Parts: sequence; structure tokens; C-alpha cells
Amino acid sequence: MEMRAVYAESLAELMRKDKKVCVLDADLSKASGTRNMYDEFPEQMFDCGVAEQNMASIAAGLSSYGFKPWIETFTPFATRRICDQVTISISYAQQNVRIVGTDPGISAELNGGTHMSMEDVGVLRSVPGVVIFDPADPVQLRAAMPVLDSYRGCVYMRLFRKELPKIFPADYTFDLFRADILCEGKDLTIFVTGFLTKDALDAREILAKEGIQAEVINVHTIKPIDRETVIRSARKTGAVVTVENHNIIGGLHSAVLEALAKEKIPACAVGITDRFGEVGKLPYLRETMGLTVDNIVKTSKEAVSLK
Amino acid sequence: MKQDLKAICRDIRCDILTSIGHLGVGHIGGCLSVVELLAALYFEEMQIDPADPKKEGRDRFVCSKGHAGPAVYAALAGRGYFDKKELLTLNQGGTDLPSHCDMNRTKGIDMTTGSLGQGFSCAVGVALGSQLAGDNATIYTLIGDGESQEGQIWEAAMFAAAKHLDRLIAFTDYNKLQIDGPVSEVNDIAPLSDKWRAFGWNVIDVANGNDVEEVLSAIRKAKEMRGSGKPTMVILNTVKGCGVKWIEELGPGNHNTNITEEQANEAIAQIRG
Repeated sequence: MEMRAVYAESLAELMRKDKKVCVLDADLSKASGTRNMYDEFPEQMFDCGVAEQNMASIAAGLSSYGFKPWIETFTPFATRRICDQVTISISYAQQNVRIVGTDPGISAELNGGTHMSMEDVGVLRSVPGVVIFDPADPVQLRAAMPVLDSYRGCVYMRLFRKELPKIFPADYTFDLFRADILCEGKDLTIFVTGFLTKDALDAREILAKEGIQAEVINVHTIKPIDRETVIRSARKTGAVVTVENHNIIGGLHSAVLEALAKEKIPACAVGITDRFGEVGKLPYLRETMGLTVDNIVKTSKEAVSLK
Repeated sequence: MKQDLKAICRDIRCDILTSIGHLGVGHIGGCLSVVELLAALYFEEMQIDPADPKKEGRDRFVCSKGHAGPAVYAALAGRGYFDKKELLTLNQGGTDLPSHCDMNRTKGIDMTTGSLGQGFSCAVGVALGSQLAGDNATIYTLIGDGESQEGQIWEAAMFAAAKHLDRLIAFTDYNKLQIDGPVSEVNDIAPLSDKWRAFGWNVIDVANGNDVEEVLSAIRKAKEMRGSGKPTMVILNTVKGCGVKWIEELGPGNHNTNITEEQANEAIAQIRG
């Protein structure tokens, strides 16, 4: 099942239960998978057209009136384009708004460099009060939706729109502020977020065959990062690799290093190395940007060698 | 409740001078230009309860030109939201009266504003919320003429008309001046009425936006247009710094200017006559 279908289904459930839940679009409801919900929820869905700034501030106004708005558009427009509206209208004003950025990082594929956000997490991570969540699979996404909805404050979700394999079991319990330890290990910790989580698990299998036991931790919430879990695991294994579909400046790598600043633990990064995106299909972009299982394996060995 | 609005305007004007004068510097020009509007709204037209500032279904006022905060605080204090003594804490560390409006700090403030263009858009969201809630509230908002250069204003204008938000009554403080000079020279917004009409709004032009009776009758006329399916823009032709000659004469320099307590007291004495 596509991630956006899970997202839309969960959103519809929330909207049925609570008329205060509403959705604002900026001409991308089809991309977000919510277009056909307009018929069922004419009083809860509003298309602002191509006007993201207005969408963000309208959401803030609705929140001040007791509504629980979600706004959705492509990742770069949900973050860097409306950074001031998210900062002032929403977070500074303590409004309850969910911001959904679809097609994060290289998943913008054929829309290319203009639509490829390598910086969205970095942009919003430096804004006080914004919770940043990057789901890894459909199970986690479904479990998270009601939690995000009931959170009082500003939440930003990076939403990979297409199919993703299931990683979490059906009885998975989601805690917004607790990272998920997927596999235990003793030689290094791979901290991974978003759609690359499966790749980290695949890398772990390969490493295991070579005698390296990796602990894999899914950091679904990059801010506030679960410092306790990050530090405990890093101390245990003594080596760290971060894996993210984002610039290594400002994203998960930065967040993990900040948590580990007082620890003397080697840490290496798999992520986008401070460059812009370009057009291409996912396999090409993964190769070009180094977001591959092979690179996770290679980088993990490097981290272990630095111990 | 028919009050002596002219006396109320004098009070608000003097309280602005007192609070900014006490501090020594502030956005005095754009505060003095909107006194009559605030008097008419807070003392005549708005359905509000100072004892219950967050009452559901109340009328709301979003001061999108957030730097007019001190003027709004003077009106709120006059209306009994908090003690007038608090006006002397304006912009002091730890105050609940910051230069720009903050709904989480100040009793009676309905929206956090200051980043220009955003408050207007938020007000449109509030009007949408009120429409959805099906209550009878009127949503008022004030923008600056310089602020009208922000693209977000026009995004929100388009949306408000498209959604038929006729419970939204907006005001432009058309004092013709902005920080860098006359609006017409910096980046002209004229013809302003035509622009709003073209965006699908009712437009009311008020020749003298510093005449409280003219402002009041414009607000009442705007209220009567509820049911038109269109939001209404009231363009207030005002004087920046209105009521204090030397401040008026500073021109664009009065946007954010120094004022001593002595100067403030002199101005107050003149206003009080």
C-alpha cells in the first residue's frame, strides 16, 4: 500500500471522528492522495490554490478558533518556502498545526532539483517548538497519525508518498518521542530515519555475514531527538553511522552528533553531502547521492575501524 | 451604549504617548494613526467581554500591522482588560506588552502578529473558522499601507473572496508613509480601492480615518454588507502620527522614533487642552 494511501485513510478516520480536524491544500491534494476526500468532507477541506504562505497562516487562524488543521504540499514548499509562516504564525504563536511535506529529498524524483528538499529538516529543526517526524513504513505511519493529531503544537511530517515495505509488526506501539530499536548489536549503531530504514536493515544482514553486529535504531522523530536512546546505544556499541535522505548538514546526522557531543565516539554519515538534487528515478538518485545499502555497509565498516 | 468617543480617542492617544514616552522609543506614528479605529471598535462595535477575554463566539480583532501593539494595548487597558499601569511596562524585559502583538502574553489580543502580511492571512483563517463554527462573530483586521506590499496579503484577499467570508471586515491604515519614505515613492500601492474591488471585496473609502464618527459609520455600513457574500475593506485615509504636530511633521521618520517623557507630557497636555 502506498504511504499516501495510508496517510489519507488515517486522516479520513480522524476527520470522521472529529469535525475540528481539517485539511488545507495548495493545489497538490492529488499528489498527497487526499483529493477524493473533498466529497466526503466539504466542510473540513479547503484548497488554497498555489499560495502556501496563505495556507500556513490560515491554518494558524483556524487553530486559534479551535480547529485542528493539517496542511499539505511538497516538502520544499512546506518548509523553506513558508519558513517564516511556520515560525511565526504557527510555532511562535503556539498554534496546533500539522505540516505534511510530501516527496522529501530524492523521492521527488522526476520533479528534480527545484522540488528536492535536502534542507527541510535543517530549516525547521532550528525553529523552536517544531516536532519533526519522518515515518519509515506504513505501520509506523498509521500508528503515528492519531498521535500527531492529538499533539498540541506544531508537527512537521516528511511523507514519502509511494509504496514502502512493512518493517514494524502489526502490534507495533508508537511513541512519538521514543526511537525504535529494530535490532540489537554490539559493534556499531546505525541510526536511520525515513524510507531508508529498510536499507539499514539490509546492510545489517551483510555486515553480520562479515562478523560485524550492528544495532539498528529507527529515529522516526528527529526533533526532539530521543537523546537517551541515542546516547545509551552509542556508548554500548562505540561507533555510529547515521542514514538519512537529507543533507548531512542540519538533519539526522547533525541531531545525533549534537546528542553525542560529549561522547568520544566515532560517527560517520550516509546522507546527501551538501549538494542540490537533480532529476532521475530513485535507483539513479540513490546511486548518485550514495543512499545505497552498499554505501551503508562501507560507511559502517569505516565507523568500526575508527573505534 | 453611546459613549463620548472623542474623549476615548484622547485617552487612547495620551496613553500611547505615555507608554512609548516612558520607554523613550517606539512605533509611534502608526499607533497614533489608528486611534479612532480602535476607539470605534473596542468601545462601540465589538461584541466582547473584558472579564472573559476568550469568550467563544466573540468578535475578534487581528492587528496585522503588529507594530501598532502599543495602540491596541492602550485601547484594551481603557476597556478594562488590564490595569493602565501595565502600559508603563511596554517593551521592558519580561513584560506582557511586547512591541508586536502576542496572543499568548496579552489579555484581549486575538492573534500573534508582527511579521507583516501574516496576521491578515490568519484573520482570514479566523473568519473561516467562525463561518464553519456557524457563530455570529464579526472578524476585524487591520493592515498597514506598507504592509499591503506583501504578496501574502493578496493571497489571502483572493481566498477570502473565493470563500465568501463576508463576516470579515478589514481596514487599511492608509497614512501614505512607510519606513523608507512615501508609499507612492517606495513601491506604490495605488489605486488601492480598485485593487480590492478587483479582488472581489466590498470597498468603503473613508476620507478622514482620524474622524471617529466617519470611522464608526463606515464600520456600521460594512456590517450591513454581511450577507453580500463578500468581505469588506475599509480604507482609512489617515495621518501618520495624528494628533501631535511635531510627530506628524517627522513624516516617514515617525515610524519608529525617539520621544522623551517630557515631549510626551507636553503632547499630552496639548491634547488634553
